[in-house]
Amino acid sequence: MNQLIEQLKVQIIQQLNLEDVEPQEINEDEVLFGGDLGLDSIDALELIVLLEREYGIKIKNQEEGKEVFVSVRTIAEFIDQNS
Amino acid sequence: MQGKQVYAIADNIINSLGFSTTEVIQQIEAEQTGIYQHEIEAIYPTPFWASLVNNEQLQTQINKEFVGQSVEHYFTRLEQMFLLSIQDVLRQTNIDVKSKRVLIIIATTKGNIDLLEQANRDTWYYEKFAERLDMSYMGDVLQKYFGNPNQPLVVCNACISGVLAINIAQQLLQTEQYDHIIVTGGDLVSEFTLSGFFAFKAVCDGICKPYDQDRTGINLGEGVATVLLTTDAKLAQKYSKIRIGGGGSSNDANHISGPSRTGDGLNIAIQKAFKQAACSAQQIDYVSMHGTGTSYNDEMESKALGLANLLDKPMNSLKAYFGHTLGAAGLMETIVAMASMRKGLLFKSLGYTKHGVSQPIQVIQNTQKHKIDYCLKTASGFGGCNAALVLAKIES
Amino acid sequence: MMKFTQSCRIHEKKIYRNEALFYSDQALDDKTNFKTFIKGAYKYLGQSYPKFFKMDRLSKLGFIAASVLFSDRVLSAYAPEEIAVVMANRHSTLVTDTKHCESIKNREAYFPSPSVFVYTLPNILVGEICIRYGFKGENAFFISNQFDQDFMYQYANLLFQSGETKACLVGWVDYKDEADYSAILHLLET
Repeated sequence: MNQLIEQLKVQIIQQLNLEDVEPQEINEDEVLFGGDLGLDSIDALELIVLLEREYGIKIKNQEEGKEVFVSVRTIAEFIDQNS
Repeated sequence: MQGKQVYAIADNIINSLGFSTTEVIQQIEAEQTGIYQHEIEAIYPTPFWASLVNNEQLQTQINKEFVGQSVEHYFTRLEQMFLLSIQDVLRQTNIDVKSKRVLIIIATTKGNIDLLEQANRDTWYYEKFAERLDMSYMGDVLQKYFGNPNQPLVVCNACISGVLAINIAQQLLQTEQYDHIIVTGGDLVSEFTLSGFFAFKAVCDGICKPYDQDRTGINLGEGVATVLLTTDAKLAQKYSKIRIGGGGSSNDANHISGPSRTGDGLNIAIQKAFKQAACSAQQIDYVSMHGTGTSYNDEMESKALGLANLLDKPMNSLKAYFGHTLGAAGLMETIVAMASMRKGLLFKSLGYTKHGVSQPIQVIQNTQKHKIDYCLKTASGFGGCNAALVLAKIES
Repeated sequence: MMKFTQSCRIHEKKIYRNEALFYSDQALDDKTNFKTFIKGAYKYLGQSYPKFFKMDRLSKLGFIAASVLFSDRVLSAYAPEEIAVVMANRHSTLVTDTKHCESIKNREAYFPSPSVFVYTLPNILVGEICIRYGFKGENAFFISNQFDQDFMYQYANLLFQSGETKACLVGWVDYKDEADYSAILHLLET
């Protein structure tokens, strides 16, 4: 799980163009949206693309995404359960 | 600025419902949609719902209109639609398109973007037409075909391009630099745009339902629409019942893809249009909205109508008839609104059954007779842009 | 009367504010590409605007030009809806269009990206500037083969004559490739 979390942090930074953010600066339990990272609706859609491309997991719509993209940990748990 | 009056004297629509305004209006009156499920591998890997212009019918029209000119060898698919549409408009009046006093304005979001997908496949079509990806060059090609001496103005402002192009045309005509302006707008349904809107999870799997509780997104549509605007009062008397009142545009200054949550930006554009047209909310008889069928857009529009004191006005979205035609949408829908005014007919807002926005807007549920002296047309698009336009009926 | 008050110009890794050199890449060799140049300008301006890094090249170019133009000028005398942004370019969003097209080239690895697709409209740049500075006035984006200053000024003048626009940022922001890009922004005021 920890390895997946660290891997996700790197992928998220890359996918969302979070330049100047280091993986260790992201707390896996902190909320992704509405927090310090300043993520928006396009970022949520990008996370859907990330899960499909890297993990082969499809998320149908933004509503479903909202439940999964709470924090890095919730994403990791979702991947763990669905792959 | 109160300059010369500007009138709309001829128009054309080419989309899934027909190749002239008359044909399209007949289908709308019959509550017929042009949106179907298509399985076209070259456009998208899985089946999709969209409003497409039939290729065989397009070819038939081209052969009929441009006899012996082998138009298909010299013009792209989108350009062929532009040629047909402009030609139809020119035929309706006797203005001289070769005059220096005539300008062509083109509204488009992506022009010949299908060429870029063709580049992925190295086809002859790409080889032949590659340079026409440049929208300014595409404009030159159309201008030269009609022998017009002025470089066309290309307006590329997302989904408000069509309404904005009419507003700009009105302002330029009032300078008296031109006597007539041909405003044309067009976009294609291509893999480029379709894949993008799918990535946005914004495409409806069925026919879109603007303002409905169960709305899930848009249908893309393709086509071209053209309107001829003039300051010539004599021509207006002969051909027109419609005057361009005035318009305005604005930016939400909120988000590049998400509409404003308050409707404040769209209301700014509406208020500017009212001021330019010297009319008030009370005078408006009908509102032709953008109504894409996405959750956030339609909700934003309902709030803007509330801010503008227009909640009691009959309103509709035409997207369930011929989809979202992007850069052409504002023009196509303005032309349908003008037909509504001339006929004294409010068209049903197709796809709406259960009220699904926070404000008590009056979505037109049945096509019905109604006197329309003033109409408001709105559009909103990516980049947070909004545009509005007031159309007025000329007293006879 | 309409008057010209401020300007910014960017080309060949140099930025001019009111025609005086404002910033240039220290290592003016072929190794500095657009990406490092524009990031360097962003850092030099001392901005903290993480959204900048999400923009495509066209938006970054226009955004930096606007940042330089407004670096010593705040348009506080006007209401948000009185400030218009009118722009033009030749190549629309060609580089980003190509990037989006690359992502749909292979049906086995078909992953179009929403954050790329959204930048395939040139007026997104106008949106970015409006968001950054809170401008809510008139918007227009034109495509033309070169910067037609006469027309852009004429159009701005028509907006001023309408009585509802008091300031107008007009400009040309074009990005074709590493070697061919330019930005010219003029602030016009009543």
